[in-house]
Amino acid sequence: MTVPHIEVRDLTMAYGDYVIQRDLNFTVNRGDIFVIMGGSGCGKSTLLKQMIGLIRPAHGAVLYEGEDYWSAPPQAQLARQRSFGVLFQAGALWSSLTLAENVALPLQEFTELSGDFVTEIVALKLALVGLAGFEDFYPSEISGGMKKRAGLARAMALDPGILFFDEPSAGLDPLSSRRLDELILELRDSLGATVVLVTHELASIFAIADNSVFLDADTKTMIATGDPKVLAHGPVEKVRNFLQRGGT
Amino acid sequence: MSTPLRETRTGTPADEAAGWPNRILVAGTAEAPEITLTGEWSLRGRVPRYDAVAAHLAQARRVRVSAHELTAWDTSAVTFLAALVRDCNERRIPLDQAALPDGLRRLLALAFAVPPAVPRAAATRPGLLATLGQATLSIGRDLSRMSEFAGEIILSLARFTRGRARYRREELAWLVEEAGPRALPIVSLISFLVGTILAYMGAVQLALFGAEIYIADLVGIGVVREVAALMTGIILAGRTGAAYAAQLGTMQVNEEIDAFRTLGVSPIDYLVLPRMLALVAMVPLLTLYAGIVGILAGMLIAVGVFDVGAHEYYNETLTALELKHFAVGLVKGTVYGALVAYAGCLRGMQCGRSAQAVGEATTSAVVLGILLITISASVLTIVFHKLGI
Repeated sequence: MTVPHIEVRDLTMAYGDYVIQRDLNFTVNRGDIFVIMGGSGCGKSTLLKQMIGLIRPAHGAVLYEGEDYWSAPPQAQLARQRSFGVLFQAGALWSSLTLAENVALPLQEFTELSGDFVTEIVALKLALVGLAGFEDFYPSEISGGMKKRAGLARAMALDPGILFFDEPSAGLDPLSSRRLDELILELRDSLGATVVLVTHELASIFAIADNSVFLDADTKTMIATGDPKVLAHGPVEKVRNFLQRGGT
Repeated sequence: MSTPLRETRTGTPADEAAGWPNRILVAGTAEAPEITLTGEWSLRGRVPRYDAVAAHLAQARRVRVSAHELTAWDTSAVTFLAALVRDCNERRIPLDQAALPDGLRRLLALAFAVPPAVPRAAATRPGLLATLGQATLSIGRDLSRMSEFAGEIILSLARFTRGRARYRREELAWLVEEAGPRALPIVSLISFLVGTILAYMGAVQLALFGAEIYIADLVGIGVVREVAALMTGIILAGRTGAAYAAQLGTMQVNEEIDAFRTLGVSPIDYLVLPRMLALVAMVPLLTLYAGIVGILAGMLIAVGVFDVGAHEYYNETLTALELKHFAVGLVKGTVYGALVAYAGCLRGMQCGRSAQAVGEATTSAVVLGILLITISASVLTIVFHKLGI
């Protein structure tokens, strides 16, 4: 059996003594689009932050290719983080930099490419997300959907093996949201990256997810994992309700 | 007539050393070259740029691109191909990319799916005269906005005195605590040090005449009348004025101020006026406190270093200080406090919608605060002098 790309093992998340989620166990296969779903406030974003190394879990392990992130030495953690591309909820573009500078920064920091090669790569990344020609714009000058796409271009700058998305469609109109879904699918198919995303948009979940985990705020643990199309008709009533009606 | 090319490997010997022949193969004819990507293409290794093959396409009528034993590829390959596609598009040469791996072909399609936006025309740099004119006009605009804001605060104050202004009492209490008691440590430290400096400066000169006792006059009047208010004002500009600008600026970024406006709640009533009142209420107390600390510091130096008797110093201070000196100091302090709060709130409310704008607003609040303090200090000194106080 091959080692899964990502494995979350016995993970417990807590703020001090207050437990948010406990006993999380799931695996993400290479090249899958994996959705973390659940109602508001159940700890989806916190789980994502623990997976990408921003918040240390109270207990448990996050394994990448069989190696635990949190028990690795700092150098190894940094190297691992460099293989992540992260798109934050509001894009998190650096507001004092133009779009081109935003995308170029990781390339300048972590590669030794020449300046004009970086410029060429930046132009390509922006073109891939449909923002060709917007190099010299500042984040404050573009719309929310464009910020998300520019954030995606930055997340892809270093050709990451895993892309993480925190609520990619939040705040987007249905059409932009669908285009972003299609873009994520297209990028996964062509780059072969693994994608982990937090969302509660049903349309997105059904359109792109291969696999998923459902976090429940009441029992404070996961109550289902699997392909959402199967879970929608599965045995767990709460998950069925969520996936069929959008309520919890 | 087509010139048959033998299978060439691109690049100079130096390129050979870098391993490019293991990346690109060019075959076919000059009119119909065939480019093959091969080997491992990685940004972390050295990779050829499109320039390396551009010459082979100079006479091309159609181009075919394919991959052979392409073991790994990333953005470097896509960048190369994107440049090839763009070149072919510009020269209207058909490009056959059917033999490329599926992923590469789809990424290329994606990159050219949306036509590029027209790049913005580079901003032309205005001449010296134009810059000067713009700067002058912007000062004028800024002055008019400043007086408008002052007017809004006065109107809000009128509503407040009639009990019609909407604000939260708990927030006012918090602001008072933040502006007053929490500033005590830094005010103590600075006043103490300034008192020490004044005492030393004066004592060295006065000792020439054997008149060390007049340190008490110098420090007492100097501190109470001018220095305590000035120091407190400057501390508050850096401490509280900056905080006001940053708080209101961040609220502006988060659209919290717009949220107040849409509710019909005046952000001036709710946010600006409580800040003004808190600071104006606290500044006289801080000034008074700073004055006392300064006098004690002077006394410490006079008694400890210049052998003035503690009792004499105390008596001399009492003789020198009159109520009017306190009044002047407190009036000045209050004016400075009002100006600092005004500058902080003004710049916060004018803040743009980015992290950088918040930084600029904060800087500008401190600079404007200190500028207004200095201007008003000069004006007030002249006024009090004319009035003979």
